[in-house]
Amino acid sequence: MIVGKQKPLEEIWDMVCSHKNLLVFGCNTCVAVCHEGGNKEAESLASLLRMKAQQLGVDMTITHSGIERQCEHEFFESVHDQIENADAVLSTACGIGVQFIAEKFDKTIVYPGLNTTFLGAVESLGTMTEKCQACGNCVLGVTAGICPIARCAKRVLNGPCGGSTKGSCEINKELDCAWQLIINRLEALGQMDSYETLAPIKDWSSDRAGGPRKQIREDLQV
Amino acid sequence: MREKRAVKTESKLEKILAAGHFAVTSECGPPRGSDPEVITHKGNLIKDYVDVVNITDNQTSMTRMCSLAACIRLKQLGVEPVLQMVTRDRNRIALQSDILGAASFDITNILCLSGDHQSFGDCPNGQNVHDLDSMQLIQTVRYMRDEGKFLGGDDIKRPPNMFVGAAANPFADPFEIRVPRLAKKIAAGVEFIQTQCIYNLDKFELWMQQVRDRGLHEKVYILGGLTPFKNAGMAKYIKNRVPGMDVPDDVVKRMSDTPKEKQAEEGIKICVESIERLKQIEGVHGFHIMAIEWEEKVPEIVKQAGLWPRPEVN
Repeated sequence: MIVGKQKPLEEIWDMVCSHKNLLVFGCNTCVAVCHEGGNKEAESLASLLRMKAQQLGVDMTITHSGIERQCEHEFFESVHDQIENADAVLSTACGIGVQFIAEKFDKTIVYPGLNTTFLGAVESLGTMTEKCQACGNCVLGVTAGICPIARCAKRVLNGPCGGSTKGSCEINKELDCAWQLIINRLEALGQMDSYETLAPIKDWSSDRAGGPRKQIREDLQV
Repeated sequence: MREKRAVKTESKLEKILAAGHFAVTSECGPPRGSDPEVITHKGNLIKDYVDVVNITDNQTSMTRMCSLAACIRLKQLGVEPVLQMVTRDRNRIALQSDILGAASFDITNILCLSGDHQSFGDCPNGQNVHDLDSMQLIQTVRYMRDEGKFLGGDDIKRPPNMFVGAAANPFADPFEIRVPRLAKKIAAGVEFIQTQCIYNLDKFELWMQQVRDRGLHEKVYILGGLTPFKNAGMAKYIKNRVPGMDVPDDVVKRMSDTPKEKQAEEGIKICVESIERLKQIEGVHGFHIMAIEWEEKVPEIVKQAGLWPRPEVN
C-alpha cells in the first residue's frame, strides 16, 4: 500500500490559514491503514485546525469529509458540491489523491496534508516498512523475494556492499542489510548456487528514469 | 618468484604483477579545494616508493577535487595513477564519459567501487545514482576495452586501455559469501583486487585459504590492504566506528599499552609485521598501503618491509 505521514501542523497551518472556507478531506484506504490520512484522521486534523484558528483569532470555517479513495472518479460523485463550494481543500490522501483533485476541480485550490513516504507493508500496528519502488521491472524472482532496489540503500543488484555489518546496513544499525536477508533466504531455500549469477545491468527505462508512466488495458476501454 | 602471466594493457601495475613481483600501491585523497599542490606534494612524497597511486573518489562522501583531475596531476608528475570511480554519483553516461576522459590522458588503471553512502558526507540531503553497481561497472570497463564498444552498442574510436580493479572486504558480513562474492567479481571481469585494511590476519588467512581452494588466486591479483595506526585512538575508532572493519582486541591493546610518544612508531611496526606475514601467504600478489593523511610514512614502511627499490618494467 501507499504509506503517508501527516505534515507538521505548523506547515499545514501556514498553507491554509488565508482561506475562509476550508474542507479537510480524507482518503479511507491506504493512508487510513497507516492512521495518517483516513476520514477519521481528517476529522481530527480539522478539529486541531479549528482550535488553532480560534487561538489565533482567525475567522475561518473548517469542515471535514472524506471518501474511500481519492484516486478514482466514481468515489467523488457524492462529494462534488462539497469540494466545489470550498475555497480550498486540504487533502489527507497521498500525492496521487491530491493531484487527482487538482485535475478534477480546476477552480479549487488543493493542499497536501500528508507527505507520501513510500510503498510499504504494515509490519505491526503502527510500523510500516518500505518494500517496493515500482521500478516497473520486477527482480524478486531472482532475489529470493526480497527487493534490493527498495531495501538496499545503494540499490546494488550484486550485493552486499562492503558496509554490511552483522546483518545491518552501513547507514543505520537499525536497518536490515537487504542482501543479508536475501542470502539468509537463499540458504534457507537451498538456492545459494544462484548467488553467483551476475545480475545484468538494469534497464531503468521502466522506472522513473523513463519519464512519467502510463498503462493502458485496451480490453477495458469504453 | 611466481609464474609469469600474460599482459593485456599498458598498465605498469599489471606489468609488475605479471612479471611476478610483489606490487606496492598507495593512495592519495584529493583536497577539499582546488590547490593542485596538495596532490603534487603527496605524489612527490611517495612516487619513488610505490608502483602506482590510487586517487580516491569523494571518499566517505565528502565533496573533494575530482579523482580524474587529481589523476591527471599525478600523471603529469610521472606517477602512474589508479582512477577510483564510484557508482554513487554518476549514471552510465557519465561513467563511460569519464572513462574515456581518463583514457585520453592514458590513465591505465581503474578501481570500480560503489562508494560510501552519501549520508556519511557533507551532502546527506543529496540523491545517489547507483545506475550501475560496482560489478556492473567492472563489466562496463571490460566491455569498452575488450569489445571497443559503448554500452549502447556503438563503436568507440580508440577504446580505453585499462587494467580493471575492484575492492574486496574479507571482513564484512556475511563471511560465508565473501569468497563467492570475489568469484562473482572475477566473473564480471576484474583483474586486480585491493582488499580492505587487514588487521585480523588469522581471518584474512582463512579467507585466502578459501580463495585458493577455488583457484581464484590464479585468476586475479590480490593486493592486501594496510593502514598504519597513528595512535591508539585511531585503532579504537577504526574498530568501533568504521563499518566493515575488523580490528582484533589484542591489536588495539598493543597500541594502547604503548606509551603515547611511541604509538606512531608501534603503528608502523604492526604494519610492517603484517606485510611480512602477508608475503608468506600464497596468492597475495602485493600490498596496498593506505596511510591516511600520513603519506610521508609510506617510504619508511616500504623500506622496512624490504620492498624497496621498486622494480623497473618496460
